[in-house]
Amino acid sequence: MPSAGAIDVGTLYRTESRRVLATLIRLLRDFDLAEDALNDAFLAAAEQWPRDGTPANPRAWLVSAGRFKAIDRLRRRARFDAMEAEVAMRIEAEAEEDGSERDDNAIPDDRLRLIFTCCHPALAPEARIALTLREVCGLTTEEIARAFLVPTTAVAQRIVRAKARIRDERLPYAVPEPAKLPARLDAVLRAIYLVFNEGYSASSGVAVTRADLSGEAIRLGRLLVELLPEAEARGLLALMLLQESRRAARTSPEGELVLLPDQDRSLWDRSQIAEGRALAAAVAEQECAAGPYALQAAIAAAHAAAARAEETDWPLIARLYAALERIEPSPVVALNRAAAIAMAEGPAAGLARMEALRASGALASYHLFHAARADLLRRVGRFADAEAGYREALALARQEPERRFLERRLAEVRNAIAAV
Amino acid sequence: MKYLCLVCFDDATLAALPPAERTALNRESLAYDDELDRGGHLLAAQALQSVREAACVRVRNGRTSVTDGPFAETKEQLGGFILVEAHDMNEAIRLAAGIPLARLGTIEVRPIYEIPV
Repeated sequence: MPSAGAIDVGTLYRTESRRVLATLIRLLRDFDLAEDALNDAFLAAAEQWPRDGTPANPRAWLVSAGRFKAIDRLRRRARFDAMEAEVAMRIEAEAEEDGSERDDNAIPDDRLRLIFTCCHPALAPEARIALTLREVCGLTTEEIARAFLVPTTAVAQRIVRAKARIRDERLPYAVPEPAKLPARLDAVLRAIYLVFNEGYSASSGVAVTRADLSGEAIRLGRLLVELLPEAEARGLLALMLLQESRRAARTSPEGELVLLPDQDRSLWDRSQIAEGRALAAAVAEQECAAGPYALQAAIAAAHAAAARAEETDWPLIARLYAALERIEPSPVVALNRAAAIAMAEGPAAGLARMEALRASGALASYHLFHAARADLLRRVGRFADAEAGYREALALARQEPERRFLERRLAEVRNAIAAV
Repeated sequence: MKYLCLVCFDDATLAALPPAERTALNRESLAYDDELDRGGHLLAAQALQSVREAACVRVRNGRTSVTDGPFAETKEQLGGFILVEAHDMNEAIRLAAGIPLARLGTIEVRPIYEIPV
């Protein structure tokens, strides 16, 4: 007879399966074996719990069931492959020594190991993302493929190769030691932010944003902060929350792009802003040398703090970009700094910096550079040069709403030229 | 989601195996079907007789024609199939990789297309 507080196994799968999988990978030392074991454990639960009642420690039960089902499976396979018997014996011996799975709370949260393993630098970058989304977030191969607009088989291959690499190179299933942690954490943060950005602004296609990936990235970010409250992890979460808070304002009802200065700030999500600002502030307080994500979060927080675009503290933002440029110099950061300086000191000051960037050629194929430069040229009245800039931007822009926006600017500038 | 695993191999390779090995392979294949069934994955599985026993049927302009032999003359021919229920493509691939004949031949994994009503 099912117990009065019977848990729906389907719901439990959604909430617990990733955590149980992470532990099974540690105990069984093999992704595929763990996936089989997870499947078997939930099958057993679906069959036994309605009959025997829900166990007091469901997670512990599932881990234990998975482990023993794996041993059974290996024993059966050993009839055809003697090697499997050795593996079965080892797992069984370890199971006997280990008393932890009586109690849910005694089982460590192995998801951190899983995240670090999936984001290991030895794996190809696209593989890290696919693996993390599937193993840590529970997305299907098909969902990942749809989200990134690539064929399902391509994603499947990446995941298969990644798992083979982990096995062949015996990548340790562990949280990196303190000396290696910053670099390894950077790989994890990079992967999460890539997922977020893929959801925030699709690289090509009709819609400006794909909500699901951004939500997934934020969930991952939260999990990471929960398990490893490092400053940069919190910085990334703050950054993502603050950028996400603007989602509703970023496109007009007709699907047109709305830039930050023109956004209806009443559409910004207040609770995400509050959380993001609090996180960004806490990080800023505790760290003497802020990392790149913390700085970007501070910039986003500065925007969020302004009730109207006109109230934006541009000098602060320019200073923050300067700090960011010092620790993580890049042409894009230089561009953003130039744009901020244009707002703080006037378009001419910003334009001077952009000309230097143009000369370097680093941003030649970046459509936003041409658009930003064209915008400043427009503001100082150099309409012909602005027109050339917008045309260059259009030649490179791939997203429909961005293209329409640029076409509108181009039309405005052409009218201004005609009016002269 | 459903996936069809088409088990393809060269008949000659199989025929070249010593009888004891062939028997072991058959037993292992049946055991694997059981493993899939226990895991809730098995929807259907069958081995096929040789392509020499195949017939190709076409109907054109109301006329039925039958030719003997396989649809296409390839080295590896369809020797069996397993229809599986899997969480996603990667799980289907994992299940396919466990098919004993995957070591000798190729398993083509095809996602099932649910025709809209």
